[in-house]
Amino acid sequence: MAITVKRVSRPIPETSYVKATLQGMALTLKHMFEPKITIEYPEQRWELSPRWRGTHRMLTKEDGKARCVACGLCPSVCPSNCIKLVPGEDENGNRYPLVFEIDEFRCIFCGYCQEVCPEDAIHVGQHYENSEYSREGHVYDLERLMAQTHPVSTLWDATDPKGE
Amino acid sequence: VIPIHALLQITDPQAPITGYTTFIVFSIIKLVVVFTVYMVAAALLTLAERKISAWIQGRRGPNRVGGRGGWLQPAADGVKNFMKEETEPGNASQPLFSMAPALSFIPAMIVWCVIPFGSPLPTPWGRVDLVVTDLPVGFLFILAIASLGVYGIVLAGWASNNKYSFLGGLRSSAQMVSYEVALGMSTIPVILLAGNVTMTQIIRQQAHSMWNVFNLTIAFIIFLIASLAETNRVPFDLPEAESELVAGYHTEYSAMKFSLFFIAEYANMVTSSALMATLFLGGWDIPFTGWDNAAPFTVLKSILTLGCFLTKTGFFVFVFIWIRWTLPRFRYDQLMSLGWRVMLPAALGYIVLIGTTLLILQAVGVNPGPMHSFVLLMENICVLLLLFVMVDEGRIISPAYGRAQQARIVRLRSRSALPAVTDGAGK
Repeated sequence: MAITVKRVSRPIPETSYVKATLQGMALTLKHMFEPKITIEYPEQRWELSPRWRGTHRMLTKEDGKARCVACGLCPSVCPSNCIKLVPGEDENGNRYPLVFEIDEFRCIFCGYCQEVCPEDAIHVGQHYENSEYSREGHVYDLERLMAQTHPVSTLWDATDPKGE
Repeated sequence: VIPIHALLQITDPQAPITGYTTFIVFSIIKLVVVFTVYMVAAALLTLAERKISAWIQGRRGPNRVGGRGGWLQPAADGVKNFMKEETEPGNASQPLFSMAPALSFIPAMIVWCVIPFGSPLPTPWGRVDLVVTDLPVGFLFILAIASLGVYGIVLAGWASNNKYSFLGGLRSSAQMVSYEVALGMSTIPVILLAGNVTMTQIIRQQAHSMWNVFNLTIAFIIFLIASLAETNRVPFDLPEAESELVAGYHTEYSAMKFSLFFIAEYANMVTSSALMATLFLGGWDIPFTGWDNAAPFTVLKSILTLGCFLTKTGFFVFVFIWIRWTLPRFRYDQLMSLGWRVMLPAALGYIVLIGTTLLILQAVGVNPGPMHSFVLLMENICVLLLLFVMVDEGRIISPAYGRAQQARIVRLRSRSALPAVTDGAGK
């Protein structure tokens, strides 16, 4: 079967090379004098959106302990399986995490853990500089998650889609 | 024994240098100075290219090494290139592989020795012409040497024993040979007008009448386009078209050898720019005044004319970079058809036109002067309009979708050695 190719018939001015070249040169010359939009990274930082989902943070109670009750929802919901949680129980029957580790290298920063958390404990945060010299360095344990100080993400709210 | 006393003799600063020793000493000084300035300029051009490309794209460009301007970037690049490991393809032709970068760089550098860069400098030992050597055959020498540049690229492509390098080398030889013709032809009107091939005479002629860019606009445009092609820069960078040929002829090169190709490209750019400034923009001539062309020559005049020359050269270098970051690369058939079907006939026709005009002007009795230049200028404006308004309708560069008519396709196919195929045969 023959394939029909649409033949564009262009007006003569569009086929002029010289005119198009001069227009292009004028455009690039104009751009040369326009303000530069580079953000010079180490000195200047991008202003992150409040909904930015970056490095995790574990919030704490007044007594300085993690809010986490080791319910196990976040490892269940985690699509990349990067949260390792071993629950423990104290003498009063309160559950707490014995081990709580997040592999930031595996994490896809979907923010489901923050959405699913009943205790408002684990959060994704407005922070993105988490490079390390080894893969092990990316595994954040509970202390490290609690020691993070960056602002946490305000996730997208279905009832308030524009964030107002 | 070097006769030192020759250097100690005090002569008239306005008179040309006489003694043999003085001549040699000044020649060596000029050589060293020109070489140094040229190398530094070529290095700084890498920075200029990155800066200008950045500005065109709304970025800032290198600004980490050497302050906000990034002035030490070329030095940092140089150090990096020296430190890098030099790889060598297993089946490369070793002597040619090593020789090719130098072969592409040296011709660009040699051309500089006949380009005058300032009005004569008076010294206690006599008047020194600010040109390394004012060869009487100046211009022909440039054409001869500039053509050698293609060897470096072709040999690099061939010696690498790599299909992409080889294709790049083939392309560049085809391209440079094609555009060499138009380049040479476009300079004939300049020689017709100057009546001489010596660079200083060409400059003097322009200083006394009008710059050739007004007298011979078409020749200038052809020369500009051919220079772009000769230096293998966008839109004529097919020899190193990275989307098709990895890096073309320098695919296999690394470290300082690669760097030398890079320097050669910029060196060629500077040389072409200086040639354009000399042939078409009056060289070191300061416009609107005859003060700089007349004796007595002073140091101030030398400095000002040198500045003028550098400004003109710098302007063309900027145009080169500007064009590079604006235009897309040509297709190979566009390149060839532009070279042979547009530029060469245009250059040949222009030679006839200018020759006729000069003869008529001579017959009528108009001597070189304002009237002479005015006639040429008017003629150029007419030809420019004719070329760019009437002819440039999809003919100068054939558009991507093609304008071939059915009758033409049938005619072309009938020429082929293969049995004729009609359009309906495939159904």
